[in-house]
Amino acid sequence: MHRPTTKIAAAHGQWIQWICLFILLAGVSPVEGARVGDYVETHWSDQVARFWSFDDPAVRFAVMGTLLMGVCCGVLGSFLVVRKFALVGDTLAHAVCPGIALGFLWNVSKDPLAIFIGATLAGLLGTVVVHWIKATTHLKEDSALGMVLSGFYAIGICLFSMIQNLEVANKSGLDKFMFGQAAALAENDVKLMAYITLFSLGVIILFYKEFLVASFDSVFARAIGVPYLFFHYTMMVLLTFAVVVSLQATGLVLVSALLITPAATAYLLTDRMHHMLILAAFLGALSGLFGAFLSFLGNGLPTGPFMVVSASVLFALGFLFAPRHGWVPRWWRRRRRTARIQAENTLKAIYQVMERRDFSEDAIRVAELASRRNVSVAAIESELSALVSYNFVTRSAAQPDGQFVDDKTIAFTPSGWQRACEIVRNHRLWELYLTNAALYAVDHVHDDAEKIEHILGEDTVRKLERCLEHPENDPHGKRIPTTQNLHSYAPPGTGPEGRPTSHGGHT
Amino acid sequence: MSKIDSERLLPLEIHDLTVAYHKQPVLYGIDVTVPAGKLVGIVGPNGAGKSTLIKTIMGLIPPSSGWIKIFGEPFNKAVKRVGYVPQRESVDWDFPVNVMDVVLMGRYGRLGLLRRPSKQDRAIATACLDKVKMLPYAHRQIANLSGGQQQRVFLARALAQESDLYFMDEPFAGVDAATEAAIIEILRELRDKGKTLLVVHHDLSTAQKYFDMLLLLNMRLVAFGDTAEVYNYESLQKTYGGRLTILSEVASQAARNVSDA
Repeated sequence: MHRPTTKIAAAHGQWIQWICLFILLAGVSPVEGARVGDYVETHWSDQVARFWSFDDPAVRFAVMGTLLMGVCCGVLGSFLVVRKFALVGDTLAHAVCPGIALGFLWNVSKDPLAIFIGATLAGLLGTVVVHWIKATTHLKEDSALGMVLSGFYAIGICLFSMIQNLEVANKSGLDKFMFGQAAALAENDVKLMAYITLFSLGVIILFYKEFLVASFDSVFARAIGVPYLFFHYTMMVLLTFAVVVSLQATGLVLVSALLITPAATAYLLTDRMHHMLILAAFLGALSGLFGAFLSFLGNGLPTGPFMVVSASVLFALGFLFAPRHGWVPRWWRRRRRTARIQAENTLKAIYQVMERRDFSEDAIRVAELASRRNVSVAAIESELSALVSYNFVTRSAAQPDGQFVDDKTIAFTPSGWQRACEIVRNHRLWELYLTNAALYAVDHVHDDAEKIEHILGEDTVRKLERCLEHPENDPHGKRIPTTQNLHSYAPPGTGPEGRPTSHGGHT
Repeated sequence: MSKIDSERLLPLEIHDLTVAYHKQPVLYGIDVTVPAGKLVGIVGPNGAGKSTLIKTIMGLIPPSSGWIKIFGEPFNKAVKRVGYVPQRESVDWDFPVNVMDVVLMGRYGRLGLLRRPSKQDRAIATACLDKVKMLPYAHRQIANLSGGQQQRVFLARALAQESDLYFMDEPFAGVDAATEAAIIEILRELRDKGKTLLVVHHDLSTAQKYFDMLLLLNMRLVAFGDTAEVYNYESLQKTYGGRLTILSEVASQAARNVSDA
């Protein structure tokens, strides 16, 4: 059964070596099985062309088979994933193992029907045993699943070794049920896959709302008269069918990955069940196609591992880049939030420097800001260039009195003034709220307000203002900018009107 | 039976109901007859069998003995006239559905097999969401809701069932005061429309204020009647006083003997 991979690898250059490395890593040796068409030693680029032209009927069957399988497993697997039944798929797949062997022994041939029936019965028996152990003992489901998975698989392996020792013809190729060989799919196999896939999709579409409510809330489903157990076992039967028809292409060791991985990827990408089903079908088909393609590049490479590697790569992409739950978008959002908070803190510091001069001047010097922020001028420069890029401040504002003629001065733009006022207002309102309503000590409120000022929305601000009866000063006696101050920005050079001053009057 | 007759029938009749759950008896010989148009609180200590009672009525747990009739019929014949709010923790709130999807599930029982929710079903679901003030959240994924909002969604789903008899399992568990007040207001409105509601409730102090009738439960039916009559020291002492511990101990012993035999 085990053959060295090196002989094949040598002929196909580095690309094939990489693929074989994958297989070695997976602990799998390519098994001798049926070949795609009349395979001859060709360059890998010829193989690529041959695959994508779909001229070869064996390629067409392999592709159709793996596509169907990906769709079927993706859709049915979605229900396993959302119901937290992932291990059920794995158990089902391993439980069919003795059924395949017994189906073969039935009339000592690879009769597809006998193997199909044997595998289906064994799979269903596995689920029944799990249910039975769970219902009659205090063992929990995971133990029952684990035992049935390995127990049935072990029986299957024993039977397989027995068959290997039998002096019968036809027994070669039986091992492709372990790791799968899409290239060995014949027309009849693909037809059976098509029937099963269409049947499964039909059942899911017809009874979508029943499957949905039974998966989300089984208690409620039963309370509204949905025959929950009927739909539960219908799902189990469909899953068993899906596993059994997928065996030739994927192999029973890895078929559960095709039930789980595309569905899990889809779960990361959407939060509606029907979108998830469609996405999982698409991702499953894509994994199937890639798997068939990669395994076609070499001689008799198993399809299953390549399909699962493809599905896993798609999952990794989803994990990294899914818009809402993906790692990269979350990192990017966090980074942007940090940058925004820093910019807002700089705006606030500029405001405070101006406030200390009672807003008598429209621009301040960089050095003043640096000392206020307690950082170096260089650090302030980079913060300022961010503010300039947001169009919150301008540099080197022209001063009529010529006081700040060097280019190291900073002035607000109207939007920068507004944002600075908002932040200062949020900060001071929150401090006042904590002191008055939440009875904080005055010296405890600053740190909390430093965080809250960046996240208060306008609605909350209105509520705070009402709750505090439109206050004028914060607990430390500083003026709180009003909405009017925010919007009546006076551009540099026209004087300080419209800005709150520490001596009361504001327009 | 004509429609008028069936409407005159009692919403709920329970006769000599005994329930064992995981071989452990939890309810003994319950006899209750609930009249129409009442807001009934089911009150009792932890483990008194409150949830078990309503789950048994709804056919989710098979009774060991006794019978239950809903509007004069067994549950499976009256299923469309019964609405249900399960405990909030009973579902996975990460499930890929939005608020509207969940509320539409309230219509599934009426639709029957093979039919999709129609425009009218959507209109009803929208109205129910509005009623619980959750319409702005209709398209939000259910994981992004607070506990009180989740409870409102479950209530809206039950409203969408348009039933005559409602069972609610701890609808006030883990909700804020505002939500609790809003929910009780909706329950009273339903009651005023002639609906009958049985509500499992944990908090004795508010039970007296909220409900027309109380069903005091502690494995046995301790008392059932108008709140004014039932809410007294003696009944509450019986319900919470732990005098039934011997019954419970002997019952589990008996259950062990049976299962070992």
